[in-house]
Amino acid sequence: MAAPPTAIEQRVPNEADAAANIVVFENVSIAFEDKPVLDGISFRLAKGETKAIFGVAGSGKSTILKLTLGLLKPDAGKIHVLGDDVTQMRENELFDLRRKIGMVFQESALFDSLTVRENVAFRLLEEGNVSEDEIEKPVREALSFVELEDTVDKFPSELSGGMRRRVAIARAIITHPEILLYDSPTGGLDPVTSTTIIQLIVKQRDVYKTSSLLVTHRLQDAFMMATHYFDRKANEMRPLPPGAPGEVPMAFLILRDGKVIFDGDAHELAQSKDEYIREYIS
Amino acid sequence: MEFSPTEFVKETVQSVQDYSLLAGRSVANLFLQPRYFADMIQQADLIGFGSLPIVVLTGLSIGAELALNSANTLQRFGSLSLIGQLVSVGMVRELGPIITGLMVAGRNASGMASELGSMVVTEQIDAMRALGTDPMKKLVTPRVVSTVFMLFFLTIISDLLGLFGGSLVSVFLFRLDWRQYWNTAYQILVFQDVFMGLVKPLFFGFIIATIGCYYGMTARGGTQGVGRATTQAVVASSVLILTVDLFVTKFLMAVFAYR
Repeated sequence: MAAPPTAIEQRVPNEADAAANIVVFENVSIAFEDKPVLDGISFRLAKGETKAIFGVAGSGKSTILKLTLGLLKPDAGKIHVLGDDVTQMRENELFDLRRKIGMVFQESALFDSLTVRENVAFRLLEEGNVSEDEIEKPVREALSFVELEDTVDKFPSELSGGMRRRVAIARAIITHPEILLYDSPTGGLDPVTSTTIIQLIVKQRDVYKTSSLLVTHRLQDAFMMATHYFDRKANEMRPLPPGAPGEVPMAFLILRDGKVIFDGDAHELAQSKDEYIREYIS
Repeated sequence: MEFSPTEFVKETVQSVQDYSLLAGRSVANLFLQPRYFADMIQQADLIGFGSLPIVVLTGLSIGAELALNSANTLQRFGSLSLIGQLVSVGMVRELGPIITGLMVAGRNASGMASELGSMVVTEQIDAMRALGTDPMKKLVTPRVVSTVFMLFFLTIISDLLGLFGGSLVSVFLFRLDWRQYWNTAYQILVFQDVFMGLVKPLFFGFIIATIGCYYGMTARGGTQGVGRATTQAVVASSVLILTVDLFVTKFLMAVFAYR
């Protein structure tokens, strides 16, 4: 019989190991217009781990990613990212940290006045001192990873929703960041396109082993990620043999009413007795 | 929802504070790396060259209308020959900068608010910050610099076309001598007139860009919020231009111990 899931309180990191983890949330709370969205949540993302954050609409999933990037400041609590306390950093200090993090936004958030090439190369161009020729290779590589090389001269408005999402992934991975944040990458997409996006995320996870936080309101996406691996020879996603662990540790974090009600792996999740969780996984 | 005077005052003070911060940062960024010269030139083209047709048309019309309306009064006193002086002083000191400022506010403050507002609601501003780029440096400062710079030259063009419009009315409708019109128009102007007329667009340009960017960057609530931000940007920048004009005029008159 599997061990019971670790109590959430036991997972709260102490000061000493805060720097050893990639992302650490300690009793973080935030409210919008006096409505609490996150109420003292704590969790950590270990190096190389992928953590899927699940919750219903308005449960504060996207807020966690924005807090991680320092785009929002919490009302209380501490957030350590790559050893830095983002809650104490000023905006100009955060820009350096953000260059080590890639984020895929909910609706892609591609710059609509720029071409796909300029969007994907945005970070390289902003870091300066690179010519048009020098950006061509990494742009082609990133677009080739998401299998969209032929869209390089198109504008985002000429692409479908799924293609925009793939360009957003290419833009996030072009500099090989240390952390990747995905905000509902399959939101609003049809099932076939959703699977394509999940396959790309699994490919990214297994090929580059980047530590990732993935927000989703579709638990089946997270389960698919936990039960599949990327076969590099066949260049496609395949199911893991029953009981076999994936190459990269995969964890789940479930939010409800602003609190973390589950933090553990797929096996622990399947064993959970929580009625709310059972309702979603059954 | 019930109206709360305390909340209203708090929100107003907060807005003034946020606007002041944005305006201050837009200037401070000029002294910080990176500087976006390519974006400045692109914005200068959009704001300056793009506004040229409306500035040409309004400048020409205002000058002609000023001549047309004042001719009647001047004729009664047998002073029709002074029409060039009247148009010249009126256009250079006051109407040129004000009309150009209001036209550019209508065109560009709204454009900036809607463009930046759309970027906010589609998370493009957040994406820019997430990619390690400061939107204040990349988007706001180039717009402020370009608007201040281009409005200065647009005002000169407007002044000249206003004078030209006045000359067309004077020559073709009132049979004044062309040379006499331009001589009197030129000779009446003193340094203070020109200085006053060219200082104002610097203030107006700053108001247009900072107000447009402020309402854009603070847009909330989807497409409806963008529409609201656009309207507010035009109204606020127009009102502020007229108010600041009054104070700048009075201040410069006091400085120059002016007539």
